[in-house]
Amino acid sequence: MKFDSSLNQLRPLPGALPESGRGEFILSVDGLVTRLNNGARVVDDISFSLKQGETFALLGESGCGKSMTALSLMRLLPDGIRVASGDIKLGEEDILALPEYAMRKVRGGQMAMIFQEPGLSLNPVMTVGDQIAEVLILHQRLRGKEIHSRCVELLEQVGISDAPRRASEYPFQLSGGMKQRVMIAMAMAGQPKLLIADEPTTALDVTIQAQVLKLLRDTQQETGMALLLITHDLGVVAQMAHQVGVMYAGQIIEQASREQLFARPAHPYTQKLFAALPDAGRSGQPLAAIPGNVPSLGAPLAACRFAPRCDKAWALCHEQVPEWTQLENGQGVRCHLYTSQMGNEKLNLKTSLSPAPSTASGEGAGEEGRGASFLQVENLQVHFPIRKGILQRTVGHVKAVDGVSMNIPEGRTLALVGESGCGKTTVGKALLQLITPTAGSVRFAGQELIGITAGQLRKHRAGMQMIFQDPYASLNPKMRVAEILQEGMDALSIAKNSDERQRRIDELLEQVGLEKASKWRYPHEFSGGQRQRIAIARVLAVNPNLLICDEPTSALDVSVQAQILNLLKSLQQQLRLSYLFISHNLAVVEYLAHEVYVMYLGRIVERGTVEEVLHAPKHPYTQALLSAVPRIDGQGMKTIRLPGETPSPSHPPQGCHFHTRCAQAMAKCREVYPSETIISTTHRVHCYLAAE
Amino acid sequence: MIYLLLATVLAAALWIRKRPHLVLPWQRVAKGSVGMVSLLLLSLFVLVGLLDTLHYRAALPEKSNGQTVYSAEVLSVFDVLAKGIKSRTEKTYSAPLAAYLYAKESMETSDGKILRDYPRLRYGGAHLVDPQREFLGDVLKRTGIGALEGLLIGVLLIAISNMLFHFFIKFRTVWSSTGREISKDNWISTFTRAMKNKPFKALLITTLLIAMLLGITANLAAVYHVLGTDKVGQDVLYLALKSIRTGLVIGTVTTLVMLPFALLLGIAAGYLRGWVDDVIQYIYTVLSSIPSVLLIAAAVLMMQVYIEMHPEWFETSAARADLRLLFLCLILGVTSWTGLCRLLRGETLKLRELEYIQAAQAFGVSSSRILTRHIVPNVMHIVLIAVVMDFSSLVLAEAVLSYVGVGVDPSTMSFGTLINSARLEMGREPMVWWTLAAAFGFMLVLVLAANLFADAVRDAFDPRLNRT
Repeated sequence: MKFDSSLNQLRPLPGALPESGRGEFILSVDGLVTRLNNGARVVDDISFSLKQGETFALLGESGCGKSMTALSLMRLLPDGIRVASGDIKLGEEDILALPEYAMRKVRGGQMAMIFQEPGLSLNPVMTVGDQIAEVLILHQRLRGKEIHSRCVELLEQVGISDAPRRASEYPFQLSGGMKQRVMIAMAMAGQPKLLIADEPTTALDVTIQAQVLKLLRDTQQETGMALLLITHDLGVVAQMAHQVGVMYAGQIIEQASREQLFARPAHPYTQKLFAALPDAGRSGQPLAAIPGNVPSLGAPLAACRFAPRCDKAWALCHEQVPEWTQLENGQGVRCHLYTSQMGNEKLNLKTSLSPAPSTASGEGAGEEGRGASFLQVENLQVHFPIRKGILQRTVGHVKAVDGVSMNIPEGRTLALVGESGCGKTTVGKALLQLITPTAGSVRFAGQELIGITAGQLRKHRAGMQMIFQDPYASLNPKMRVAEILQEGMDALSIAKNSDERQRRIDELLEQVGLEKASKWRYPHEFSGGQRQRIAIARVLAVNPNLLICDEPTSALDVSVQAQILNLLKSLQQQLRLSYLFISHNLAVVEYLAHEVYVMYLGRIVERGTVEEVLHAPKHPYTQALLSAVPRIDGQGMKTIRLPGETPSPSHPPQGCHFHTRCAQAMAKCREVYPSETIISTTHRVHCYLAAE
Repeated sequence: MIYLLLATVLAAALWIRKRPHLVLPWQRVAKGSVGMVSLLLLSLFVLVGLLDTLHYRAALPEKSNGQTVYSAEVLSVFDVLAKGIKSRTEKTYSAPLAAYLYAKESMETSDGKILRDYPRLRYGGAHLVDPQREFLGDVLKRTGIGALEGLLIGVLLIAISNMLFHFFIKFRTVWSSTGREISKDNWISTFTRAMKNKPFKALLITTLLIAMLLGITANLAAVYHVLGTDKVGQDVLYLALKSIRTGLVIGTVTTLVMLPFALLLGIAAGYLRGWVDDVIQYIYTVLSSIPSVLLIAAAVLMMQVYIEMHPEWFETSAARADLRLLFLCLILGVTSWTGLCRLLRGETLKLRELEYIQAAQAFGVSSSRILTRHIVPNVMHIVLIAVVMDFSSLVLAEAVLSYVGVGVDPSTMSFGTLINSARLEMGREPMVWWTLAAAFGFMLVLVLAANLFADAVRDAFDPRLNRT
């Protein structure tokens, strides 16, 4: 990451009002402290203010107090947590001094909130219209026909087509993106001055995320409301924020305008966050991972909270809490580097901070591993029958995977990319025979896996293993780490006696960077990143050749994600593992993969090497997918908006599956599925555009 | 059979002691005061139940042909200990701590007149010359003495256990010889150290309170009927204590009968799905749609007729009553597994989709191993809660069944028969309330203690609640 050069590349935000157009302060928070009942500070001395029409982004990893700040503002803190001191002013009103009945008027009326999981924040037994009407009756005092017409108006405003019909539908009839739109409509119904968006797009696909972010920007431009955006995604911040506050362990450690922050992050933690982001430029070398984890709430307060993970920390950092320092350009930071003599000296030395990108080593590692195909998949199909009626007759099929072919050579990484519901996880499970494929052939190291008996299959189990998405669900909470690691060895009789097994367990733990002592502990004693390490150790226990990684980092924080990616990369080099890397995160794919397959509705629409697919995409879907990813440098391609949602795999559209959302669709796209077009030896695409 | 159970529990305890990670949750139980107090109460109940289980038949003094003849009446150790209150039967009802009968009788006075009044009891307060004047003083005196005695015994007990504990620790330090200086502190300092931890204090207070209560009861029971007498003049306290065994047997044995059905069928249905699931679901849906009282009544009546046809199988009436009790447990068990089974099936359906199960499947771990290693431990909290809930409701179910007349043998004393007999007298004026109150009180304490203890155990075993 070159901090200086990216300064000029930030585009002005389309939704931003000119500086002079922003009005007076809508929200000002001063010295907010929120505590648990036992005294631990969840939110520690936070101050910021927000002008009309402005977006303030709170950026931070999970558990650093972002959501608690938002809930403190709304005075919706859960039991056992309360605001201990500080001032919250919304306009002229002191929020903390208001009685509860007046607070109810503020919530929704002046300050609205949208949540992360749109599926959980709508009441499943009320129609969408009724839920919006509830807000309208309370805060707008509308009556009778007015309510319905305003409802429809709001739904149209958030871009829901056929709004009058949608208003009388229940949440389960809507897709995830639509539900989030409805949530925004609900929040807008009270015409709030301030909208708090708590990770509004985290649960959504990139293309839908792009839609929702655009919607938020447009709404802000129309109504001039202030937006408090809570997120962990630097890309989203780059697209949305005017001001950014970086939170760490309950404190804002750095506050700056977007341009300043992306040009010159001041705090070591922020610098590390940027450095931990994977991208293609660094695919040859390890990411700058931040060691360790976010400290727990009860951690001592006597020192800088980041000191244990900071490579620039010195004695002072471990002794004294750094003060809030305002730099000349208006940027604020909480770090000793900027206050003390010692710090200034260190600052001048920090030139070697950003690792020089060395593309040569990346290429070299990529070329050597072109062995024979290890896994050959041909025309793999997984169809789930749809049964209806008393006799459970099959009336149709959900074609989750519809003819997928792939080859993975030894020591290479193949990435399978696509939005949720496109069937990529099903491919992984079908390869492992966790789901029985309907048709096709899977040849692993020369042995056909489909159609053999369970006993024969067990012999080949060791070769192919899976790392799951959610490290919290993939480890049995009632088993200790040693038992978890031993299970695979027992089942496949890897080691002979228990001594040998124990030795192997110690070895494995060391290999994935955990202490030996941790084998006697239960999974819940570990953090998300450590759990994922245990999951990796578990599969390594049976000496596999191929790992199917099903979004292994999507549940982890950026800094921890970098640790896991580094681990996977180094394991590949040490053990010559092949990976089938299933992901929706294109930056991770770019960093880790050699080849990329793009999947849409159960079929591969484009495949090729990383450079070919991600830098010269031929299929309009790949192009749209790439353009929807928020880039931290703000450049990227012109955003191609994909209208609508992924169609249901039970009724795929006639012809090319993508034509319903494709801007360049032609008449023949609607009739026949395009056959494969060979662009180069490795690059193939299913699209008529490329064929011409 | 009860011995087998005890032996299993002991063996399990020894097995656990050898494994430090299994001892840990139990140490956590020992650290909670609620858990320990309820355990103390529960173990008192179990002690009474066990004493009541040690049966023997007294040898009769006369011998026939040189062979010892045993009496037809089966006595238990408990009967011997409570011989005093067992043998002192009055004519009919008498209120707790009364000196007079509860019903008027015609009595002939010394001068030949027929007087209709409440007669003196044969045993209760018989030592008093003029009960009306002396009664209160005597009761208070005995309460005081009893409390003091109980307190003394309690203190003595604590002192002895403390000494034992102290020597045990010394013994251990000598044996372990970790170079640590053998503690010079005497047993008093051991005591003060122990006093500092909270559950120990709670345990101490409870022990003293219980000892006092027992002392008072023992002292009063020597001359009064503490909880009154029932229709045929039997002491209600004795009946209530005897009922404990029935309650415990019904609770534990039925649970043990029910558990394998529920656990095996429930997780098999949830994990294997397909036709296995269909079959099991149909069975329990059908079973649970038959009124359970009807089903139990039919089974009990059939069993009763069968037993009556083969009187030669049983040497004593007690053996017959016990067999009937066991059969009742069996029938209750067979009919009551459906609820837990349904719960477990649902939970297993949820668990089988979890990623760690799929990871195990990817390793080629066999189904039976996945069931025992992954699914059973993760549904154990449901089993534990359901079992304790069922324990309580089974004790209550026994009461209902005895009311309908298909419960335990009429000669078996149980809370059910106690309540059933009290029911008729509730409408009487003045009301006979003590039988019901006694059964209610004992049942409440028993079930509450069991519930609280199970709560403490569950919390201790939940790894998510015990973050270190």
